[in-house]
Amino acid sequence: MNSKRQNKIAIGALYGIAGLVVLILLALLGYILASGVPQLSWHFLTAPAKAFLKGGGVGVQLFNSFYLLILAMAISFPIALGAAIYLYEYARDNWVTTTIRTAIEILSSLPSVVVGLFGFLFFVVKLRLGFSILSGAFALTFFNLPLLTRSIEDSLRTINLEQREGGLALGLSRWETVTRVILPAAVPSILTGVILSAGRVFGEAAALIYTAGQSAPALNFADWNPFNISSPLNPMRPAETLAVHIWKINSEGIMPDAKAISSGSSAVLIIAILLFNFTARYVGKRLYKRLTSA
Amino acid sequence: MFINNDVTKATTMQERHVVQPHEAGHPIILSTEDLHVFYGKKEALFEGDLQFGSNQITALIGPSGSGKSTYLRSLNRMNDRIATVTGKIMYRGVDINQPGIDVYEMRRRVGMVFQRPNPFAKSIYDNIAFALRLRGTTDKYALDEVVETSLKQAALWDQVKDDLNKSALALSGGQAQRLCIARAIAVKPDILLLDEPASALDPVSTSQLEDTLLDLKQHYTIIIVTHNMQQAARISEYTAFFNQGRVLEYDTTSQIFTNPQVQVTSDYVSGNFG
Ligand SMILES: Nc1ncnc2c1ncn2[C@@H]1O[C@H](COP(=O)(O)OP(=O)(O)OP(=O)(O)O)[C@@H](O)[C@H]1O
Ligand SMILES: [Mg+2]
Repeated sequence: MNSKRQNKIAIGALYGIAGLVVLILLALLGYILASGVPQLSWHFLTAPAKAFLKGGGVGVQLFNSFYLLILAMAISFPIALGAAIYLYEYARDNWVTTTIRTAIEILSSLPSVVVGLFGFLFFVVKLRLGFSILSGAFALTFFNLPLLTRSIEDSLRTINLEQREGGLALGLSRWETVTRVILPAAVPSILTGVILSAGRVFGEAAALIYTAGQSAPALNFADWNPFNISSPLNPMRPAETLAVHIWKINSEGIMPDAKAISSGSSAVLIIAILLFNFTARYVGKRLYKRLTSA
Repeated sequence: MFINNDVTKATTMQERHVVQPHEAGHPIILSTEDLHVFYGKKEALFEGDLQFGSNQITALIGPSGSGKSTYLRSLNRMNDRIATVTGKIMYRGVDINQPGIDVYEMRRRVGMVFQRPNPFAKSIYDNIAFALRLRGTTDKYALDEVVETSLKQAALWDQVKDDLNKSALALSGGQAQRLCIARAIAVKPDILLLDEPASALDPVSTSQLEDTLLDLKQHYTIIIVTHNMQQAARISEYTAFFNQGRVLEYDTTSQIFTNPQVQVTSDYVSGNFG
């Protein structure tokens, strides 16, 4: 067998594997969308859920998912950014940074159920936050922080060393170099990382079941005072998200149209995550173009 | 051509030969005394004390790994976090290699241009203006003025004056390197350190860059590391030959190239090295 033939076979095999992966993905997506999209309607997207009757929606869950996402991102992004800047721009390679990196690695490979149980014991029980948006947001932060830190660190790594030396050689301090030269150049790639991690957070269920809770009390969308119990903004209320809702209906849903609601919710979830992914690509590309070309 | 292939015939060779510059009208602006540079335990530079006359171009030449960059980067303390530098670096009578020195202020007086052009991911205008803005120059006219004069001095103005708001990353290699020079001189340094600034450029850009450096000499003291013997011969008044962490020979450029006093220098400039 000559090398040309070998090459052909290898390429063929790789194409085959890649094709198979794409096929599985398409089949999955197709199935979920085909069974879910017909359930979608304005009513479904906005109405509150019903426990025993037909015709409930996922309005509250959808809102909860976004609210939790925003809160979790608002908490984890600044911490992750700071940690990444410290690790990549300031810290020297020594046992402290090695320890931090190992911790981040372990944290990022923790199963999310474990993160959820930890969140339950620590935030819900110990800190007495109860099943609440806040507990959920903290749990999601734990879940998100390691991955986001690594992704921002990777973004910083793509900006080459000469840029940093260029800043320092102009008499800029390290901090000025990082904030005025490196971060602006890294924004497109950081943003891509943030949006992609937002997609993962949005679809997360296991970390939330025992923290944000499994109930979605009806909300009064006319009341935006975060201290009122029925206000959507109240961070102390229990808040079932879309992903948790899907899990819940499938395990113990007793409404007559449970199957339809689960399909519809899955479709909404998938569409939202696809949107996150496409936005990430688009925004990243656009920003990069604006920074690099005319 | 300066390079004389018969130099090996010179009479008695010395082991080391250093003549510091001493020309009227070119007072010493920068010098090093007893400079040693260590990377960890490894001593990369140990006998390299040079003086530099103001408004002159000094070339640092020598084989790869001989310590040229190490020396150059010590001069504006770019090696601070990387290496241990002991000894004195006297700049206008002040030792800038001591703890109390404001390194950031010092680096604005001793600017640096690197081997690979490194424009920032900003517009051409902002590449030059932003360091000034950071130090409090906010007046638009003042900034415009500095941007224009810097670009003119770096011989880039005519090519980019209509594209000042375009990204600097779209410039060609030669243009980008000029922008880096413009950026360095915009903060009004006395001294420009250049580490093989032309090694990533084509011959035409290289020769333009050399012309630019010759013009800049009126305003700045220039120290340039180069692997290109012709370049050193064309533009510099003084040349230092580095070898294995030492300056083996320092003298006027014409002496170094036509009448070197050290055998290794002679071999190196005539291309018989090794
Ligand atoms: N960051 C560093 N860490 C450890 N050793 C270094 C570092 N930079 C340079 N060295 C070592 O110091 C010595 C001098 O290197 P330097 O970069 O100054 O040489 P150079 O004369 O500039 O060479 P070139 O012409 O290849 O640029 C070399 O042996 C090199 O391996
Ligand atoms: Mg070098």
